Amino acid sequence: MNSQTLALPAAAPVRLPPRPGYWGMVGGRLRRDPVTVVFCLLMLAIVLAAVFAPLISPFDPYKESIIFRLKPFGYRGHPLGTDELGRDILARILYGGRSALLMGVGPVVFAGLVGGSLGVLAGYAGGWVGTLVMRTMDVFYAFPSVLLAVAISGAMGGGMLNGMIALALVFIPAVCRVAETATTQVRGLDFVEAARATGAGHLMIVRHHLLGNVLAPVLVYASSLVSVSILLASGLSFLGLGVRPPVPDWGLMLSTLRQAIYVQPWVCAVPGAAIFVTSMCFNLVSDGLRSAMDVRLR
Amino acid sequence: MARTILWRLLYALPIAFGVSLVCFMLVYIAPGDPLQTVLPPDANAEMIEIVKRAYGFDKPLPVQFAQWLWRAAHGDFGLSVATRRPVSLEVGGALANTMVLAVFAVPLSFAVGAGLGTLAGCAPPGRLGRTLDRLVTGTAVMGVSVPNYWLGLVLVIVFAVELSWLPASGMGMGGSDGFSVLRWADLHYLVLPVVTLALVPVGIIARSTRAAVLEVRGQDFVTTLRAKGLTELAVVRHVLKNAAPGMLAVMGLQFGYLMGGSILVEPVFAWPGSGTLLGRAIVNRDVPVLQGAILSLALIFVATNLAVDLLQAAMDPRVRRA
Repeated sequence: MNSQTLALPAAAPVRLPPRPGYWGMVGGRLRRDPVTVVFCLLMLAIVLAAVFAPLISPFDPYKESIIFRLKPFGYRGHPLGTDELGRDILARILYGGRSALLMGVGPVVFAGLVGGSLGVLAGYAGGWVGTLVMRTMDVFYAFPSVLLAVAISGAMGGGMLNGMIALALVFIPAVCRVAETATTQVRGLDFVEAARATGAGHLMIVRHHLLGNVLAPVLVYASSLVSVSILLASGLSFLGLGVRPPVPDWGLMLSTLRQAIYVQPWVCAVPGAAIFVTSMCFNLVSDGLRSAMDVRLR
Repeated sequence: MARTILWRLLYALPIAFGVSLVCFMLVYIAPGDPLQTVLPPDANAEMIEIVKRAYGFDKPLPVQFAQWLWRAAHGDFGLSVATRRPVSLEVGGALANTMVLAVFAVPLSFAVGAGLGTLAGCAPPGRLGRTLDRLVTGTAVMGVSVPNYWLGLVLVIVFAVELSWLPASGMGMGGSDGFSVLRWADLHYLVLPVVTLALVPVGIIARSTRAAVLEVRGQDFVTTLRAKGLTELAVVRHVLKNAAPGMLAVMGLQFGYLMGGSILVEPVFAWPGSGTLLGRAIVNRDVPVLQGAILSLALIFVATNLAVDLLQAAMDPRVRRA
């Protein structure tokens, strides 16, 4: 009896559908999440438009015109009108994406590297080193982010590079906290202990056993910072602390066009819409990818 | 409780000290000679001497910091480079005006956000629940993505330029000195800046309130309450009581964002508060004013966080034990 029943499954093999791999799972989840896909495409379009601005821009963003100042939408081939110096707004929006993206991504990458390393150091070393690093971070964390960015770049005197340094300093404490938490969680686990028992040095343990586990939360957190960075950077430019004129930048354009809201109200609002849409794209894409790529969610 | 209060104070004090140190260092990260940074460009020899002695530029850094801190603790931040008035006067007046905005914006934003979040959290899971959920998520995403100064600009365009219902900027006929919250005509000037400031955190507050309410509603005691025969409204009251400490933490954070947010929003409305003062200090490279304003705002933020911590401990015994 036993031999017969046991033989049966082998005679009729059940065909399971092929199990999707990791990326198959991510793709499957994204297909059920149209919002993320749409905003992902929009984000790509914004990035491409900024990169290829010289090729697609209808006008030179620096070309001024005394006659055609502050013209409405669609005036003489200017789809988005002209600004207070007669420069084409569409061209300046396209070029403005460059400084927005640079100031959105640059400080985050820098803060990710520095804050991440400091966090791993603090978490792995622990003791007085960890306390010193983390308490220092607490002090910077005690400032509202806009305030700290304005304080540092205000004291250093504005400009794009100073603005980026200020933003990086704003993000370092936050990234550091995330990295420190992840490191302390992993540090106490058995496999790290095992590595130490087999004679691995500190550098070896950090590189081979910790980094892989710390990288994911840090990357996830950093990706959510990009939209914050875009917002803060344009805010700095709006206050006259970021990008300097005549370089096209959305925040800077808003601050100069603001004077003309009684002449061309809606033309003046265009650069802000660009900031809003771009920041929302990065926000939603970061959120959507995070939940699509999380292996713990089922 | 007394131990909790002492413990939290002991934690907040070094933070406040560190914040002051960062503000002190602002003069040193400014390019050029720190003496030049805190002096008007046309200062005469006598003034240079006074400032040099007041700041102690000839002494080592720790001594300078101690001196600066001592004077700051007494409300003396030196003279504004641009107006030559005492920084404390400038910052004090501006902070009062920012507070006027905050006093209206904070309750408005919390009330709308918490109300919306509670509704979404308590709604039945049918169509209404889904719609409310989408509304809350949508406003939260927009709230964190929108540049608040642009939102202010759009409101000005709609309500002041196109419709001319409300004034676009300023504090009314009397300016900063003649402004009174009790006068109807002056209240008009408050509407747009307050709404701008309040709108941004509404979504986030609503989202976290909804999450907190949902979490508490899933707990066993709620089933017990229902089984006891309490009305739905009474159940909601119990749920809110239990969700309150978590919501309080979010609100404390959002209060800080409101204070920080006013930096960018005030210049749009020419509201003579700390944000406009900072904007002017930046244009004039007025580092003493920058220093004074940043330090006061940051210390208010630290104090708010402390207050939220203590309130939370008072409300929730679990926090006290931690």
